[in-house]
Amino acid sequence: MFGLAKKLSGIGIMGINKRNCDYTLVYNPRKYYPLVDDKLRTKQLAIDAGIAVPELYGVIEIEHQIRELPEFLKKYSDFVLKPAQGTGGDGIEIIVGKVKSLYRKSNGHLVTEEQLQHHVSNILNGLFSLGGHVDKAIIEYRVKFDPVFDAISYQGVPDIRIIVFMGFPVMAMLRLPTQMSSGKANLHKGAIGVGIDIATGRTLNAVLKNDVITEHPDTRNPVTGLEIPKWEELLMIAAKCYELTSLGYLGVDIVLDRVKGPLVLEMNARPGLNIQIANHMGFLHRLEFIQANAIRLGSVFDRVAFSRKMLSRVH
Amino acid sequence: MLNRHLYILCATLFFAGLGLFLYKAVYLGFPLMPGQKTDVWEVEVKINFSASGRPVKALLYVPRTSADFSIINENFISKGYGISISTVDGNRQVAWSIRNARGQQTLYYHATIEKMVTGEPPATSKNVKLVPSEYEGADLEAATAILLEAKQKSADKITLVMQLIDIIESPANNDNLSLLLGENPSQQRKIETIIRILSLDEIPARLVHGLHISEQYGKSSPVSWLEVHVDEKWMGVEPVTRQTGKLSDYLVLWKGIDRMVNLTGGENLNVAINIKQSNVESITAASTREKSIHPTFWRHSLSNLPLDTQRVYSILLTVPVGVFLLVLLRNIIGIKTFGTFMPILIAMSFRETQLISGLILFTILISAGLAIRFYLEKLKLLLVPRLASVLIIVILLMLLMSILSHNLGIESGLSVALFPMVIITMTIERMSIVWEERGPSEAINQGIGSLATASIAFLIMSLGHVEHLVTVFPEVLFILLSLTMLLGRYSGYRLLEIHRFKALVSK
Repeated sequence: MFGLAKKLSGIGIMGINKRNCDYTLVYNPRKYYPLVDDKLRTKQLAIDAGIAVPELYGVIEIEHQIRELPEFLKKYSDFVLKPAQGTGGDGIEIIVGKVKSLYRKSNGHLVTEEQLQHHVSNILNGLFSLGGHVDKAIIEYRVKFDPVFDAISYQGVPDIRIIVFMGFPVMAMLRLPTQMSSGKANLHKGAIGVGIDIATGRTLNAVLKNDVITEHPDTRNPVTGLEIPKWEELLMIAAKCYELTSLGYLGVDIVLDRVKGPLVLEMNARPGLNIQIANHMGFLHRLEFIQANAIRLGSVFDRVAFSRKMLSRVH
Repeated sequence: MLNRHLYILCATLFFAGLGLFLYKAVYLGFPLMPGQKTDVWEVEVKINFSASGRPVKALLYVPRTSADFSIINENFISKGYGISISTVDGNRQVAWSIRNARGQQTLYYHATIEKMVTGEPPATSKNVKLVPSEYEGADLEAATAILLEAKQKSADKITLVMQLIDIIESPANNDNLSLLLGENPSQQRKIETIIRILSLDEIPARLVHGLHISEQYGKSSPVSWLEVHVDEKWMGVEPVTRQTGKLSDYLVLWKGIDRMVNLTGGENLNVAINIKQSNVESITAASTREKSIHPTFWRHSLSNLPLDTQRVYSILLTVPVGVFLLVLLRNIIGIKTFGTFMPILIAMSFRETQLISGLILFTILISAGLAIRFYLEKLKLLLVPRLASVLIIVILLMLLMSILSHNLGIESGLSVALFPMVIITMTIERMSIVWEERGPSEAINQGIGSLATASIAFLIMSLGHVEHLVTVFPEVLFILLSLTMLLGRYSGYRLLEIHRFKALVSK
């Protein structure tokens, strides 16, 4: 057991205690958490900084507004409904179209107006929020993902998670929804995690749950060796989020829309550790390398250049 | 910088706690081990019968404080009955009476008795009246023959009684004996016969009934023995175990040939006796001990608080031990539980239910609650009313379980009421959400993790040594606090995490 722990620490694998103890507690001041825990604030922050986000259609804040929901939704044929302070992808409903008065979810199931209203009510009552306090429901633009992902995603929207440490992109992962994850891009729900080479934006290893895979289980297409378009731009956006939030240890989730390009979906002050499994590599050596060599670099451009140039060599 | 600050603080707390602990343990001589548990027993007599509308009177012999046993507390529980206690011929008897009773009736007598360790010889009693044997004719001759046989083989009164017991218990066919005893004699009949034979030799003896107070728990029934007047003292002789002298393990209920319960106006009498050793360590005894040794220290210690408060603290002070354990299990091992402190609260309720029945009750309660919660999901209720509904249902389920288990005669089912219902409600709610969002396996996983944590915490918290240590030396909490704070900066792997990342090593 101790031998295994020693090996893990030898290849720089970060455990949850390490993350909390030496990174989130140290680099993420508590007062900035609400900026990322509330997706509405994140959205506003990003818009102010000129970063593109999915367009906000509306916000439901009180129970009373739920009655007007069907009327409000008449304008939109497809949209995403989610809790402002949700965690782990819980409580997100993706509506891809309407059939008469019914709404079609991304997995093909139909829901009634009442079911949708009940879901919104659950969101408002804090069912999905951290700590269960009162929440808001967000209705926003549904991302139509870039055709590059057509062959390797099943329902839902694939997104790119980039871990940013002190403004440096450290590690990245493509998350592909599967049938098992019912269209969600969360690894614990059964989505595929594909490691991405920071320097080139090319996909590396892929894992499903804890198994190493090479092709998408539903579409049977290879998921490795794929070139992520606009990689430089994605890294720049992620790096910029450091100045936005003042959080030193940050996870940025970005989607690639076929029309609108990269859009920031959300940010996370306690990003998960599975990205290490997807990349088949630990964080710690890279984090320590940055702490030792590059903490002074100022501009977003410099930081991204440093990451692309140097980090691929650090294992 | 941060870590140095923490280490200094923790070291200070640790050594302050340790120093105080050592001072009390070594210099003041506070006991490190829990003291002898005082011999306290709970005796319960349950009388069941059916009444049919006539006046009912039930007489029960109850123990009285003697040199060997003192009655700390007594309760007579009945519904609508008048109660009177009287002393008749040296026996203490309680009478329940009612003008009109119908249906199944239950009367309870409950006593807490303490066994005294006196070591004194039995009290002397003079002027003992000899009850004549009333044997005549053939009976008299048979009895005299048995007496002579026994006398030849004995030296004194006690050995004479032992010989008589031997003769009466011997399987050999003896005409004299069968004449006196009749067919299949009861234990009481045998003892009566011995007493009558003894009276022929002018030795006073009497029949005594009572309970054997031993290490055994649970159901008991009255046993009979005889007392022989020797050298102006009553000496007991137990015919089955052949124990003689002062029978200090035997609680006397009544003397004479009467039955334990006399019932008039009722039918289908059923008497059940339960004896249980009480687990509570006598805090009174412990504190008087400390008080006499260290008067000044005692004034500022826990044992100066009122007894009720002390009892609360003796439980409360074990919570930090459980919480420390929880930190170990969650942050070092990596076990997932529902809610941070839920397992500790469950562990506390296990104190009342005991582990196995507690686990069973808890599992039944959660499963039933979960099933109903899934049904409620279909009704699409708002969150707070839904939680409130689940809470009400949980209370109803608890009531149902108590009633059912009571009717089935499972006493531990009653203690389900001690479960923290709000915690149970939240557990059901969280579990159902995890079930739907992350799948049943994750929900059951976390459920088992919570129960395992609760069980381990209960086992540690309920150790006599642990409870003793934290109540007598509350300063060990400083040590515990320092260790907990140190664990707060533990940045190593969790045990289960190693398993999770194992695939990365094999590369």
